[in-house]
Amino acid sequence: MVNPQMVMYEEEFNQIQGVVDRLVREANAKVVFIVDKNGQLIAASGDVENIDTTSLASLTAGNIAATGGIAKLLRENEFATQFHEGENQNIHIQLVGNRVILVVIFDSKSSLGLVRLRVRKATDELNRIFEALLSKVAEPGGDSPFAEITDDDIDNLFND
Amino acid sequence: MSFINYMAREINCKIVYYGPGLCGKTTNLQYIYERTNPDAKGKMISLATETERTLFFDFLPLSLGEIRGFKTRFHLYTVPGQVFYDASRKLILKGVDGVIFVADSQFERLEANQESVENLRVNLAEQGYSLDKIPYVIQYNKRDLPNVVPVEELRELLNPMGVPDFEANARDGVGVFETLKAVSKLVLTELKKGGA
Ligand SMILES: Nc1nc2c(ncn2[C@@H]2O[C@H](COP(=O)(O)OP(=O)(O)O)[C@@H](O)[C@H]2O)c(=O)[nH]1
Ligand SMILES: [Mg+2]
Repeated sequence: MVNPQMVMYEEEFNQIQGVVDRLVREANAKVVFIVDKNGQLIAASGDVENIDTTSLASLTAGNIAATGGIAKLLRENEFATQFHEGENQNIHIQLVGNRVILVVIFDSKSSLGLVRLRVRKATDELNRIFEALLSKVAEPGGDSPFAEITDDDIDNLFND
Repeated sequence: MSFINYMAREINCKIVYYGPGLCGKTTNLQYIYERTNPDAKGKMISLATETERTLFFDFLPLSLGEIRGFKTRFHLYTVPGQVFYDASRKLILKGVDGVIFVADSQFERLEANQESVENLRVNLAEQGYSLDKIPYVIQYNKRDLPNVVPVEELRELLNPMGVPDFEANARDGVGVFETLKAVSKLVLTELKKGGA
């Protein structure tokens, strides 16, 4: 495998969730979420009941992938930040450590300046957490719960 | 690259439907969407042109059930088939765990199929994957039409490695779930082999 397996453990998840929860408060945001570059949701906070986070995650990753493709064509390294302004809501998208995507949705209760400021701080913290997570994943000898699965387990998934 | 979330007790895997334009990739996803219980699926997203040709991708999240206490979630994507969307196809292959190649069985699409498989191989290699190693299955679609190439011939041209392959008529759903199951099994088997 070229890519290391993406794994999330309880310890790091709680740290990430803590960063995301605080960002919602400190940026006066509606929703904050983190997605990996393949479109899988890692953590979310705020008014998440009323939005389809799975769809948002996949579209955000698609958006970042497309923007990354444009950057490559222009021989830019990447466009790390994107901002979309709507009539009532705005969305701020930040690439973190070229690995995960931090998304902030906010309305007139906040401002782009405030969001930028808070995102910068959160980005540093997230970078540290994901680096620690990645080195943990790279350690040999981590016991996978899937080493034990049998062909029967897999077959049973499809038997209903 | 699958994503194992110990916190949410979930495994997330990415499956990509590949193949030439109009071979039936979107139709596969639509059928799966229609036939899946509401609690096992998310919204299907199609980024399409006004004429319903796939522009960037279709996306369908599916839950398959639990394995050893972990929820298995599959994210299904299709690529745009037209030759000039190659940049988009490459992006969608990033982080892929399994590929379904949908072939259009009609005689006049024989060459398009071959070009598309070759394109798949090249684009995967660019991401550091090998088509010979990744979980991979083939679907010979549109078997209901009169002007189709015999399966043996398609197999010879498109499936020299002898990966699992299936005949289908995606519009009526024939072979659609069989194909998905086959690749899902290969992906989970890979996970078992790989460990963390
Ligand atoms: N007769 C027949 N038509 C099909 C079948 N599968 C797809 N189609 C039709 O082929 C056309 C293109 O299908 P679509 O799924 O959009 O192709 P895509 O470009 O691969 O996404 C549509 O008009 C479908 O209804 C099939 O098995 N049999
Ligand atoms: Mg399509």
